[in-house]
Amino acid sequence: MLIEQLINGITLGSIYAIVALGFTLVFGVLGIVNMGHGEIFMFGAFIGVLVTTTFGLPLWLAFLAAIIVTAFMGYLLERFALRPLRNHQGSNHLAPLISTIGVSIFLENLSHHLFGPGNHPFRTPFAEMSIEIGSVTVYLVQIVIFVISLILMAALSFWLGKTKAGKALRAVAENLETASLLGVDTKKYITLTVILASAMGGIAGILVGMAFNAVTPQMGLSMGLKGLAIIILGGMGNVKGAMVGGLILGLAETFIVVYGDSGYRDAIAFIAIIVILLVRPQGLFGQKTSDVRR
Amino acid sequence: MLNVSGINAFYGKIQVLKNVGLHVEEGSIVTILGANGAGKTTTMKTISGLLKPKEGKIEFLGEDVTGLRPDQLLRKGIALVPEGRQILAGMTVMENLEMGAYHRKDKEIEKDLEMVLARFPILKEREKQLGGTLSGGQQQMLAIARAIMSKPKLLLLDEPSMGLAPLVVADIFNIIKEIRETGTTVLLVEQNARQALKISDFGYVLETGKIVAEGSAADLLTDSRIKEAYLGVKS
Ligand SMILES: Nc1ncnc2c1ncn2[C@@H]1O[C@H](COP(=O)(O)OP(=O)(O)OP(=O)(O)O)[C@@H](O)[C@H]1O
Ligand SMILES: [Mg+2]
Repeated sequence: MLIEQLINGITLGSIYAIVALGFTLVFGVLGIVNMGHGEIFMFGAFIGVLVTTTFGLPLWLAFLAAIIVTAFMGYLLERFALRPLRNHQGSNHLAPLISTIGVSIFLENLSHHLFGPGNHPFRTPFAEMSIEIGSVTVYLVQIVIFVISLILMAALSFWLGKTKAGKALRAVAENLETASLLGVDTKKYITLTVILASAMGGIAGILVGMAFNAVTPQMGLSMGLKGLAIIILGGMGNVKGAMVGGLILGLAETFIVVYGDSGYRDAIAFIAIIVILLVRPQGLFGQKTSDVRR
Repeated sequence: MLNVSGINAFYGKIQVLKNVGLHVEEGSIVTILGANGAGKTTTMKTISGLLKPKEGKIEFLGEDVTGLRPDQLLRKGIALVPEGRQILAGMTVMENLEMGAYHRKDKEIEKDLEMVLARFPILKEREKQLGGTLSGGQQQMLAIARAIMSKPKLLLLDEPSMGLAPLVVADIFNIIKEIRETGTTVLLVEQNARQALKISDFGYVLETGKIVAEGSAADLLTDSRIKEAYLGVKS
C-alpha cells in the first residue's frame, strides 16, 4: 500500500516537474510568469486525445503531434504576446504577465470551441496493463510516464549543463546584455526558450491525459497554478528546484488523499507556497540575492 | 581601423553624446579620458552596439557597421569588456571563458584556452568556481580573459582598473600592453589617466558629451590643461 502510493506520487510528481520546468525556463530567461503555459499544456493533452482516441493512431504519433503543435503555439505566444512588449520603453513590467493571462483565457475558450466542454477520455492501448511485484501493483502507464519524464529531465539538464547552446541559454538567462556582447543572438534564444518550454508543456499534457484518462478545457488553469506554486517552492528560474518541487508536490498530494482528507488535495500546493514564503522566500534552491534577474 | 563620426546618442530624450568623432589606428592603444558622467561609457556602448546612435556613422575596417547588434559586431571583431565587468556570476570560471569563444568556429580555441589559463593562473586554480564568488580583481581578470577568448581585432575596455588595488592595477595595465603586442587594437576608458596615457599612443578628452581635446598620448601628458584636470597636477 505504502509503496503503491509512493509510486503514484512519483508518477504525478514527475508530470508536475515537467510542467514546472516549462515555467521555470521562461521565468529564468524572460523574467516573466507565463500564465498561458497551463493552457498550452491543455492543448497538448487534447492533441493526444485527437490522435489516439479520435483517430486511433499510435501513442508515439500523439507525442510527435503534441510537440509540433505546442512548440508552434509557443512560437506564436512569444512572437505576438511577448515580443511586442519587450524593449518598449515605458511599458509596465506587469504588461507581459497580463498579456499571457489574456492568452490563457483565449486558449481556454478556443478549446471549448474546438473540442467541446466536459471530460474527454484518453485511451491508451496499455491502460489496464499492470505488473505484480510481490503484493505491489504497478501500472504500465505509470512506468511509461516516469521513464519519459526522467528522459526529459536528464536531457534538459545535460543540454543546459554541457552543450554550447545550453550554456548560451543560461548566459541569456543571467544577463541579456552580457550574452549579446559574447556573441549570442539573444532574440533567437528567447524565442527558443518559449518554444522549448511549450513543447515540454505539450508532452506533459499527454502524460496527464494518460495518467487520469480524462482531459478537459479547464485542466490548464489548475495545472498552471500548480506549476507556479512549484517554481515558488523550488526557486524561481531554478531547474533543479522545478524537478524536486514537482516531486514533492506530487507525493504530498498523493499522501494527503490516502492519509488525510482528499478535499485538501488541491490546497496542498498553495499551503506549500505560504509556508515556503514564510520560511525560505527564495525557494528551496533559489539564491538569496538573485543577480540572475535584470 | 575604427572611424566614428558625428555621433549623437540619447537616453530617452536626454542627449548624452554630441557630435562625437574618434579614430583608432590599427595596432594602437587609444584612451578616452573624461570626468564622471562625461559620456565615456555611452561612447563604448555605442561602438559595441548596445546603444544605437540617433545620428552618426561607425566604420570598422572600412565597412559601415552603424546600428548592428553587439553579437553581430563581435563577429566583425569588436569586443567590449563593460564597466563593472559583467561576468556571468552563476556560471563557472571555465564556462565564462568558454562563452568568450562562443562565436568562434576555428580549431585554436583549446590552444587559446590553455594560453589564457597560463597567463591567469588564478583563473586556472578556480576554474570550477562560480564567477560570482571571485573577488573584484579576479572578476576583472576573468572579464579580460574572456574577451581575449573572443579573439577580437578591436578590444574595448571600460575602466578595467576601477576599484582595484594599485598592484592589481599595474598588472592590468601590463596585460593591456601584452594584448596589443599580440596584434589586438585597444580602445580604453580610464580614470587612471596617467597610467593609461603612458601605455597609449593617442588620447581623447570627453567633456559633457563632446570631444574637447585630442592628441598623441605624449602631448596630452604634458598639456597643462589636461595635467590640471585629469592628472591631478597644479600648474
Ligand atoms: N541608462 C541611462 N539612462 C539615462 N541616462 C543615462 C543612462 N546611462 C547614463 N546616463 C547619463 O548619461 C551621461 C553619461 O553617462 P556615462 O555612463 O556615459 O558616463 P561616464 O563618462 O562613463 O561616467 P563614469 O566615469 O562615471 O563611468 C550621464 O549624465 C548619465 O547620467
Ligand atoms: Mg562609465
